[in-house]
Formats: sequence, structure tokens, C-alpha cells
Amino acid sequence: MSTSSLIFASSLVFVAIFISYYQKLGIEKEIIIGTARAVLQLMIVGYILHYIFSANNAFFTLAMVAIMILVAGHNASKRGKEIPGIFYYVTFSIAVSAAVTLSLLVLFGNIKFEPQQVIPVSGMIIGNSMVASGLSVSRLKDEIKNRQEEIEAYLALGATSRQAAQKVIKMSIKTGMMPTVDSMKTLGIVQLPGMMTGLILGGVDPITAVKYQIMVTFMLASTVAISCFTVTFLTYRTFFTKQHQLRQAF
Amino acid sequence: MEIELKNISYFRDGKYILKNVYFKFEKNGIYTVVGPSGAGKSTMLKLINRLIEPTEGAIFINGVEYKNIDVILLRRKIGMVFQRPFLFEGTVKENIELGPSLRGEKNIDALFYLEAVGLSKDYLFKDVNNLSGGEAQRVSIARALANSPEVLLLDEPTSSLDPTSTSIIEELIKRLNREGIMVIWVTHNMEQAKRIGDYTLFLYKGELIEARKTWEFFENPISEVSKLFLEGKLKEMIE
Repeated sequence: MSTSSLIFASSLVFVAIFISYYQKLGIEKEIIIGTARAVLQLMIVGYILHYIFSANNAFFTLAMVAIMILVAGHNASKRGKEIPGIFYYVTFSIAVSAAVTLSLLVLFGNIKFEPQQVIPVSGMIIGNSMVASGLSVSRLKDEIKNRQEEIEAYLALGATSRQAAQKVIKMSIKTGMMPTVDSMKTLGIVQLPGMMTGLILGGVDPITAVKYQIMVTFMLASTVAISCFTVTFLTYRTFFTKQHQLRQAF
Repeated sequence: MEIELKNISYFRDGKYILKNVYFKFEKNGIYTVVGPSGAGKSTMLKLINRLIEPTEGAIFINGVEYKNIDVILLRRKIGMVFQRPFLFEGTVKENIELGPSLRGEKNIDALFYLEAVGLSKDYLFKDVNNLSGGEAQRVSIARALANSPEVLLLDEPTSSLDPTSTSIIEELIKRLNREGIMVIWVTHNMEQAKRIGDYTLFLYKGELIEARKTWEFFENPISEVSKLFLEGKLKEMIE
């Protein structure tokens, strides 16, 4: 794609600005700022990736992945900002899911450990982990708050914190995983996913693109399961004391 | 069992919910706990069950500070029944077996506990969603009994039940008490407190104002606050 055709494509943003103006939505400024930020951020990332790809250095590659994990952890932890230590739990969960999934993909020979492959795949893994773990934390927090009496009824029967929270733990893991599971069901019918679209646009044969997309589907199933499971089990404990009491502060 | 509340206070959200309460539950009777809303009655039960921790003071069970007793064991010995029965998805049998099964016990005689609360074996495999409010509350009492408690803490268990169900539960609790279970019953219903209580504790603004034999409390309250409460004039005094 030439730079001039990209500039022409930017006129599409004016469609959004026009609709906002015409319907008095009042978000013209937001659209302009959003567009400017997207262009700037992508250009910076483009140059960074260009540098990392040409350097082909394992340390830079892993550093890039680590930064992605930290930013994702920071973002997902906003879903449970009242919970002490939530940033660490979420970040750790995303890191574990990324490490396990990436290692298996490299081990099985699906991808090579080189920046051109590891970084984009990590982006997908970390992005999905971020959304899934954020959803799990948010559901966990809400369910514990709403089911306080029910949980205390369980505790009063002699249940441990883990036993009393089992139902909400299940719900939270499920909530984090469901969007991925749902999208798996409609993949290729309702939506042509990003990786496949990108490869086809880049001139790759659709059959090869589909193979990659199938790999991505397997990878995302694993990554959201690991991150939701880890973050839920790390976080639920913070709602209880060592004496199996529900903390009153939340 | 003897439960001693030694000058306990519970502080939350910038105020005392319970303040310097001293009382010893030592006789195997039915203790009713009365007082206006927000007096700290339910908090007192939660403290005894160690669902919350006293901010000040200590609770002793048979002379041992309860921080030195395993909390799971403590909660088995001091059962608690809530205003809402909170039955869990499944059958009546599964609910009754829940407490013992949490610690891995098998072969629990659910029918024994079901009959103890006056329900027939036909209920054993009923889905809990098909029970009336009174039946559900009796199942929740059976569930607490399956832990073989020595004390039952009841937090307004009949407040949302009809008079017939209330009467059945009152008779049931009296019988359980005769069989040796100490009962501490929080109620808003003064007639109920009078009917079932051997001893009555009156709480007001987190403080224990009076604790006497039930008939004495109702016939001859000592404190001015108790008198106003029983006459239904306490609200006017607050205002």
C-alpha cells in the first residue's frame, strides 16, 4: 500500500466526523484525538518493531513482550482496582498464559523464535488474556459482593474460603472464557479474524491463512483458560482472611 | 457449652456496631436477643460464629479464647441459621449432607435430620426450588443440625414466614433445646421473644442494656430505654 493511498483512506475518518457533527453527537474532538493517537502510536510501534526485527535479538524480543504484558496487566487491573495487589495478580496471570502458550507453539514448531513471529503472536495472546482476565476479576468482585450472605452461610456451615467461593470461582473463570469460546463457534462464518484477514490481504494463499488462523484459535483457547484460572485463584483469596472470614472492606 | 463475651466491641465504617458488651451464655436455655434495627444483634451472632473478628475484647468458649480454637471446628459446634435459608442448588438431601461432606464425611443419615425438623422422607429427594419458605427454613435448620452443633445461632429465621410455619419452627427449636442445644435467637418480634425465650438480652446502639430472665425483662424492665422500647416509644426518644 502506498503512502498516498493511505492518506486517501484517512478521508474515511471524515465520514465519522461528519456523522458526529450532523447528529450533534459532540464527539468530533474525541474522533480527531483518537485518530491522531492511533496514527502516532502505530508509527512509533512500527519503527520500534522495525528496529527489533532488524536487530533480531532475543533480549529485545523478550523485552518487547514484557512491556506488552506490563501494559496489559495495568489495563486489566483497572477492572478490580479496589482489590489490593490486583496489578500483580493480573500481570502474573497474563505472563503465565503467554509463557505457556508461546513455549508450546515454539516447541511444536508452529512458530519460530524470531521477532517477526513471536511479537505479533504475543500481541494476540496478551491482548486476549488482558480482556479475559479483566472480565474474570470484574465478575469475581461483583459476585462476591452480591453473594456475601450466601458465602457467609457456607462459611457458617464449616466451609473453608475455597469451598465457600467455589461457585463464584467457577462463574468468574467461565465469564472470562466465554467470549473466546463464543467467537470460536462463529469463526469464519460471522467473522473473518484479524490474522487470517491480514495474511490474505498480504497475498498469502487462503488455505495457508486458515491454517494459521486455526493455530491462533487453539492458542487463544489455551491462553484465556490459563489466564482466567490463574487470576481467579490468585484473587479470590484476597476477599477472605486466614480465619475463613469474608473481608468486610470490599 | 459456655460462651463468654468479654467486653467485646465491633467497630466499622467509623462507628461502633457493638460496644463493650459483656455477657456469659452459660445455661442451656433459649436466649432471645432483641433491640431496634442497627442495635448490633446480628453482629453479635456473627462474632460468636467468628464470621467477623471483634475489634476489642475477646470471646471465650468453655474458658478457652476462641482464637485458639480451629475456626472450622468452632463453626461446626456453633451452627448458624440466617434470615434467608440460602439453600444451595440440588435436593434437600444434598443440602443436609453439605456440612459433613465439606470435611469429607460420607454415609450421612440425612433422613434422621430431616425427621428431626418434622419433615417426612418424601422431601429427601425434592428439589429445593420446590419448597415453601417454611420448609426451606426447616431444611436449613436440618442442614445446621447435621454438623451436630452444641449451640444454634438464629438470625431472625421466621421473620419472612407465615404464622403456621413460624409456630412449627418455634416448637422445633424448643424441642432441640430440650434435647441439649443452647439457642441464641435474634428476633424483632417481641411476642416471639416472650413466647420462646428463657433469657432475653436487650441491645441498644451497640450496648447491652439489659440481660435477664425473659419474663422479668418483659414484666419489669429496669432501664428507662428498655421501658420505652417495650412501649414502642423508643423511636420518639431518638427523635
